[in-house]
Amino acid sequence: MRLIALTAILAHWRRKPGQLVTLLLGLALATALWSAVQAINAEARASYDRASGTLGGSGFETITDPAGPIPIDTFIALRRAGWLVSPVLEGRILVGDTRVLITGLELLTAPPGAFPVSPIGGEDFNALDLITPPGLGFASPQTVARLAGSREIPRLRNNALIPDGQIITDIGTAERLLDREGEITRLTLLPDQPRRIPPLSEIAPQLRVNAAEESGDVGRLTDSFHLNLTAFGLLSFVVGLFIVHGAIGLAFEQRRSTFRTLRALGLPVRDLMLMLLAELLIIALFAGAAGILIGYLIAGALLPDVASTLRGLYGARVPGTLSFDPVWALYGLAIAVVGALFAAGQGLWQIRTMPLLASAQSRAWATASSTSLRLQSLSAIVLIVLGLLMPVLLEGLIAGFAMLAGMLIGSALLLPVLLSAVLSVGAKFASGIQSQWFWADTRQQLPGLSLALMALLLALAANIGVSTMVGSFRLTFTGWLDQRLASELYVSVGDAAESERFQAWIEGKADAVLPTITVEAQIEGAPGEIDGVIDQETYRASWPLLTAQQNVWDRVAAGETALINEQLSRREDLQPGDTVNVGADWQLEVGGVYSDYGNPRGQAIVSLALLEQRFPDEPRLNFAIRSDNAAALASAMRDDFGLDPANIIDQASIKEFSLNVFERTFTITGALNVLTLSVAGFAILTALLTLASLRLPQLAPAWALGITRQRLSRLELLRSVALAALTFVLAVPVGLALAWALLAIVNVEAFGWQLPMHIFPMQWLWLFVLAVVAAALAAFIPARRLAATAPADFLKVFSNER
Amino acid sequence: MNARAWVLGIATAIATVATVLAQGFAGLGTDAEGFAIPERGKALTFPQDHGSHPAYRIEWWYLTSNLTGDDGREYGIQWTLFRSALAPQSGEGWSSPQLWMAHAGLTTPDGHFHAERLARGGVGQAGVSAEPFEAFIDDWSLQSLNMGGDAYDGLQVSATGTDFSYQLRLEASGPLVFQGDKGYSVKSAAGQASYYYSQPFFEVAGTLKLPDRDVNVTGNGWLDREWSSQPLSETQTGWDWVSLHLDGGQKLMGFRLRDRTTAPFTSATWIEADGTATPFTDGALTLTPLEETRVEGRDVPTSWQVQLPEKSVDVRIDAVNPMSWMSVSVPYWEGPVRIEGSHTGRGYLEMTGYGPED
Repeated sequence: MRLIALTAILAHWRRKPGQLVTLLLGLALATALWSAVQAINAEARASYDRASGTLGGSGFETITDPAGPIPIDTFIALRRAGWLVSPVLEGRILVGDTRVLITGLELLTAPPGAFPVSPIGGEDFNALDLITPPGLGFASPQTVARLAGSREIPRLRNNALIPDGQIITDIGTAERLLDREGEITRLTLLPDQPRRIPPLSEIAPQLRVNAAEESGDVGRLTDSFHLNLTAFGLLSFVVGLFIVHGAIGLAFEQRRSTFRTLRALGLPVRDLMLMLLAELLIIALFAGAAGILIGYLIAGALLPDVASTLRGLYGARVPGTLSFDPVWALYGLAIAVVGALFAAGQGLWQIRTMPLLASAQSRAWATASSTSLRLQSLSAIVLIVLGLLMPVLLEGLIAGFAMLAGMLIGSALLLPVLLSAVLSVGAKFASGIQSQWFWADTRQQLPGLSLALMALLLALAANIGVSTMVGSFRLTFTGWLDQRLASELYVSVGDAAESERFQAWIEGKADAVLPTITVEAQIEGAPGEIDGVIDQETYRASWPLLTAQQNVWDRVAAGETALINEQLSRREDLQPGDTVNVGADWQLEVGGVYSDYGNPRGQAIVSLALLEQRFPDEPRLNFAIRSDNAAALASAMRDDFGLDPANIIDQASIKEFSLNVFERTFTITGALNVLTLSVAGFAILTALLTLASLRLPQLAPAWALGITRQRLSRLELLRSVALAALTFVLAVPVGLALAWALLAIVNVEAFGWQLPMHIFPMQWLWLFVLAVVAAALAAFIPARRLAATAPADFLKVFSNER
Repeated sequence: MNARAWVLGIATAIATVATVLAQGFAGLGTDAEGFAIPERGKALTFPQDHGSHPAYRIEWWYLTSNLTGDDGREYGIQWTLFRSALAPQSGEGWSSPQLWMAHAGLTTPDGHFHAERLARGGVGQAGVSAEPFEAFIDDWSLQSLNMGGDAYDGLQVSATGTDFSYQLRLEASGPLVFQGDKGYSVKSAAGQASYYYSQPFFEVAGTLKLPDRDVNVTGNGWLDREWSSQPLSETQTGWDWVSLHLDGGQKLMGFRLRDRTTAPFTSATWIEADGTATPFTDGALTLTPLEETRVEGRDVPTSWQVQLPEKSVDVRIDAVNPMSWMSVSVPYWEGPVRIEGSHTGRGYLEMTGYGPED
């Protein structure tokens, strides 16, 4: 009996293979997008853990000699005094036409994790090969490929965590490559020093200790990015579940007569439920597996972009290749099963409570009762209000995202209510019977379509919100770049001696030379930096100040005030007129706040003279140079002065680089946007397909009254387009609210700066066309089917229960 | 030799440093290509042989000392400098294939402190000079007091860790002792051997600095010198070694090399109070584990029965602190012991090759 029952239930899928495909595809897509995002996040996080800022020895305090390289004898003197320090020799060489950074570490004394441990894709290495000529180096796969065949460099092994253009090798090998025997660029200071070691001033007074590079915070910095991805993944999953809900609902609906017959033949309701659950489980596992596969492929395709985004935005190193994690796959399967059960819950419940001898007539529609509509609008409003309250109630990024979630779900719930209201207004103004019927019929279809329309609303709103944010960001960012990078050339020199020579050399060759010195400092107790600048027209004319006191540049030049970046201003709530702590016992008045996009740290600008008075040994190592003939000056610096070309950067290439980073940052957002929208289009299609076969009883009377099938199908198409258009209209304010939340709340929490919001109506137009086309395409198949329905089928409606 | 080779031999190459150590310090394969090999009958010459032998693969200066504090408590210290050659050359600069590793240990009845240092040869961060004698790495050193006579007649030793340090003065009250056949010490039935001599007669005095106090100490010390290129056979899996100062003034050195295929290989040297040494070949000495202690996930025997019937020795040794675990690149157990039975006294025990799965 059970076997026969099961066969009867499953036979449905053989008769409707299209429905099965829809169901599988919907669930697979939902799982795929969600899993892809999870895979990308997991890969990135794993690589932060691997790197955790120790590769190459960054993340530790260092000891340097401001006057130049440290001799090996000084290193030995420190070690023999008990100081646990490890030597690093670093410099650039030209291999062919590629400039490579050589970082030489001493593997026995280097801090754990500093030396590339397990070269990815490399076989075991021999210690002797590492320390004796010709030596062994580690570099990113791209660098290894680019340098393949050069004879100047040692044998290279792949290590995806090393930045492009860098080779990490033994210090002995670095010595030979750089031709700098006996020199050390800096000493890494290990964290656990022995007790009672003599002070540095007794051993090597010329040396000084520098704070560790801030790199341990990569995880925190990138949290916002990953949260963003997760939110997108979740959104896609929810939209995918709408499809599944539609497909399963349809399958249950169409099998009502089968269920009734089976029950009437004596199949206990429990068995029926178990069979349906088993069927669902099999479908979910199958679709889940497919989804994981698709997700893996999507993640693999997107990861290189994500990797470059993370590198560009946060300096975080993530290899561009994906490794397969079984835990992740199991997680994906679980979410597929849970999602399917969730989507099928309503259908299963109905079957459980269905009276044994209920009519097998499909309940094609049920006009939503006014009570349930009221309940829905009430909960929608509560959600929206809660969302808006979130930034007040909670702290941090989570608040921003909770707010977004509340607003989005609330608006989605509100959508059917609003559409229903609009349609009833439409019906009031309708003239003629046909038009009245159209409005009324559209309204009657709302409950069946509302889930798909909610999906569309979510997708459209997300699209508008994100593209508004990206567009605003882009506009502000390019403007800011123009202000911030007003000088034509940016030059850095190696040490004090070279600085002196350079200043003498550049004298009279440029329109203006703007030296700066940068000092690492504890600003308001957190690591930051202080820049010293001279009083010059360039700053007055173009520095991107957000707010400032009167005559602020005069006051900065006089050493009376400091300028601080927006991040610091927001974090410490400092406004012009307040006092900022820029170091131990050093306070300055805040004179103004400037925008400083992309910098995670606090920064202050003071007059160069003031900073040099505080730090008399600090050499001027950076120069901004104004010149009408930058290209010629740059080549003179290279050829006549002998400056390392890597230390000369022209304005155009910084801008290009920055914009490049920017574009790549949002590639992934764009890709996910398109994917979400396609899933929403697919949801409309499944919903319409579901309705199409059920609506025959409503259409038959209209047909019988003389409306042709062609006209009916055109009306169907029109209805779909009209609903999509209405949904779009409602999506615009939701999308703008979303964009505002992203710019004003999420951004501030994530990066520490706020962006002005710009509006791009042309994008909306494009999106509107896209939404209408998607809806029309989705409605096309059912409409054509309707046009081709045999009149006999319409007639059947009047003769029996179909 | 003591178990030192095993200290290094059980390396599992997890980190790069461990990889280097595994290939370098533990480069105990049976091929000694290019490296010099110990020869029976070759006389050792001093002061040259107090210094290093870069042509041999591995070498060490190994000091242990049983001490009593002015607080009446027992203490033990260890100071070891290992040299490992990746190739049989010395040389200046970073590319020298000579690598150095040092361990310092300080054991109290309820505490155990240790530290490790690593260094490249060729740049002056570590090394050994024969005359005047000094073995050093960073700020740790073992150097001659230049009292006239043999360089090892008077030494001073110091080491510093993050939470401890010690500085001791050592004066020898007896002669150098040559292990095995006049310093040629056989390590397996297959014939692997090393050069091995000791100075077991040090009177020691100095200061230990512990996290909460300084302690003045006095006691006995034992210095081992050993070098070789292929000291162990492939099937040998671990090592238990003792150096015992007996209250009658005699000393006993004994070791047991555990073998995965046969019974352990044992060796011993009985040293009279005047320095007269009697070597014993395989089988004369028996070392029997009595009690095990769980340390760092391994079961390590910290009480032993030591029997040398030909000298009527039948004693039980117990660790002063059973948790004397050296958690360094290649971990092992090393600490002071008390002796009871046919003889009484104090000594040092070292055990290697006890993996977590044992």
